[in-house]
Amino acid sequence: MAQEKDIILRHPKDPSALLDIIRDVQDHFGHVPEEAVARVAAHLKLSEAEVRGAVTFYHFFSLTPRGASTVYLNDSITSRMKGRTAVAKAFEEEAGCRFGEVTADGLIGLFSTSCIGMSDQEPSAIINGVVFTRLTPLKVKHLVKAIKTGKPVRDMVTAWGDGANQSDLVRSMVSNNIRKKGPVIFGPFESGSAIKNAVARKPEDIIAEVKKSKLLGRGGAGFPTGLKWEFCRKEKSDMRYVLCNADEGEPGTFKDRVILTEMPQLLFEGMAVAGYAIGAREGLLYLRSEYAYLRNHLEAVLEGMRRENLLGNNIAGSGDFSFDITIALGAGAYVCGEESALLESAEGRRGEPRNRPPFPVQTGYRNRPTTVNNVETLCTAAKIILHGAAWFQSMGTARSSGTKLFSVSGDCERPGVYELEFGLTVQELLDIVGAKDAYAVQVGGPSGTCLSRQDFRRRFAFEDLSTGGSVMIFGPWRNMFEIVANFMDFFIEESCGWCTPCRVGNTLLKGKLEKIMAGRGSAQDLRDLEAWGKNIRALSRCGLGQTSPNPILSTLQNFRELYEEAIDRHKEFVPDFDLGEASLEAARLTHRQPIMGETSHE
Amino acid sequence: MSKPVIATASLAGCFGCHMSILDIDERILKLIELVEFNKSPIDDIKTFTKPVDLGIIEGGCCNSENVEVLRSFRKNCRILVSLGECAIMGGLPAMRNGIPVKECLEEAYLNSLSVAPEDKIIPNDEELPIVLDKVYPCHEVVKVDYFLPGCPPSADIIWEALTAIVEGRPLNLTYDMIKFD
Repeated sequence: MAQEKDIILRHPKDPSALLDIIRDVQDHFGHVPEEAVARVAAHLKLSEAEVRGAVTFYHFFSLTPRGASTVYLNDSITSRMKGRTAVAKAFEEEAGCRFGEVTADGLIGLFSTSCIGMSDQEPSAIINGVVFTRLTPLKVKHLVKAIKTGKPVRDMVTAWGDGANQSDLVRSMVSNNIRKKGPVIFGPFESGSAIKNAVARKPEDIIAEVKKSKLLGRGGAGFPTGLKWEFCRKEKSDMRYVLCNADEGEPGTFKDRVILTEMPQLLFEGMAVAGYAIGAREGLLYLRSEYAYLRNHLEAVLEGMRRENLLGNNIAGSGDFSFDITIALGAGAYVCGEESALLESAEGRRGEPRNRPPFPVQTGYRNRPTTVNNVETLCTAAKIILHGAAWFQSMGTARSSGTKLFSVSGDCERPGVYELEFGLTVQELLDIVGAKDAYAVQVGGPSGTCLSRQDFRRRFAFEDLSTGGSVMIFGPWRNMFEIVANFMDFFIEESCGWCTPCRVGNTLLKGKLEKIMAGRGSAQDLRDLEAWGKNIRALSRCGLGQTSPNPILSTLQNFRELYEEAIDRHKEFVPDFDLGEASLEAARLTHRQPIMGETSHE
Repeated sequence: MSKPVIATASLAGCFGCHMSILDIDERILKLIELVEFNKSPIDDIKTFTKPVDLGIIEGGCCNSENVEVLRSFRKNCRILVSLGECAIMGGLPAMRNGIPVKECLEEAYLNSLSVAPEDKIIPNDEELPIVLDKVYPCHEVVKVDYFLPGCPPSADIIWEALTAIVEGRPLNLTYDMIKFD
């Protein structure tokens, strides 16, 4: 294990390096062996439980081998709609093991994972860090054959996507699918212009300009960005931090992927502008592990900016403004998109949300005042500084200025990214993307809301439908219960487990849903779903738990008739319990007759 | 008006909830004035002899007999109450729910060190109830009207619930009665 020692020892004895060390060990051995757990713990003066706890928290770390080639096949609903089941079957047949297992020779491991941000080009998978999109059973057959010959996975990508996906540093088959460019994110942008404009003004003026623009956070929650920066600046501290939340994990969202691919410098300038405004010297881009294939590309952009003195000391001749950006990688955990969980993860721990207050603007990264902003928000802020609040406010609605990126997927002719002004109706968007007979539209991902046709006249804006931009479209031939069940599976998988209502409640909700799907539902079950869902919403401490019952609660509201049809309306109570089934195993063991032909005694 | 009729049963429980019923102490004299007991371990009446107003269930369902008894309670009782953790959640017996029933039986009757070599057999007499694959809370088997939490629920909770139901008034459980930590 000499090599492993080197992998560990080359890192600083700083607990915040924990995830980086685990990642190195995982990459080297294909898992984190027990001996490594002990040595990492000794190196960082942590308990073994803390190390093991971090390993088991993240999807892409494992205490057991995951195979020389590890397939992570996306299990989101859009993947299923585009043929995931057949693709998964092909993987299993060709590899010779089931999902969740590794082949006997240790060559291939098959695993499911949550949305990897490719909803516009499903089914998709990550194999040894390389993204494969638009998979078919035939492509899978060729892929697995090639893996078995020992060919490096990277070499199996033969055709690149568009734009920067073709660059030497990315070389990915991912397509941008930018369908509509708007003036804010995808408008013309001259390198260095935002930073130079900002440092020529006073930080207070920058904050005032952003406040005046009424920019609201683009992650979905819609907190006023200028106010967040002001709070952060006003906190007394020796250090402040700018964190960019690029942990885009909401199923159906992929706009940040496209920004990071095509407009990374706009983002980094936005971070520098934020740093100048709040008085920070360091910025951190928390990049979701699924987008690690963009890392070299992003590092090169940062390096270029340093060369041009757009990062580093005395930026753009400002005299006293120094700012630089580092990239921290996630390791697969939706909850890390929650800002306080993101801080925990960035500091090298399990991504469990913190109690609030104190808010991150008071006590954030490394216990210093920190502003955590979405990728799109920071890009937008850079453009506001460049073109002014009035320009920004000339777009959108009264309370929702500017444009929004929509990540559109599902049953439509043109899935992809659309930059559109706030205020358009759902129906208008459906017309633009070519969704003629949409039956249901999931706005804001599983944590958002599921709309039926009567709501298609509602508007995308913070006044009405606030959203991070995920729009999943379902045609009338889709089974809504299967969609809801997939969303609930997602939350069950992604719950950090801290709050019992979220950890246990969602499993109970899913059980109820399955009972109804199996034709054993009653009016009582619908009442339970509603009551339990409200409990989970009220008693969970972070946004994940608070929104996790939404797939059920919003379809109960907007697709009530589906539930009413699925239950036995004449019965007050239908048990899920079957005595014959429940007694089968013990009867078999004791060579007795199981109890047959039983019916409900209600 | 005749006195309300009460029945009780202990399924997969420890009889602790029944002990807690007896913990109402001297109030039991008043209870006897207020209600009449039917099928219950307290008076040892084995079968229902008349329609019952209030059935109280301790424990969940771990075998076929528990299910049978619970269903007969549902059939014969106007109001059914789950009393205590085991009836409501499965409780301690449900700790086996994560282990396949085959493993449980083999550990208990075949592999355990305390089993004499000549006794290695999983009990299979036709008279015995069949063990279920899991322990089920009562409300998954039949409709349950009320739940009284606790392990066991205190005598005061039970007293308050009984008198409220008998008097037909809303239940008044103060915070300290349902605060368990």
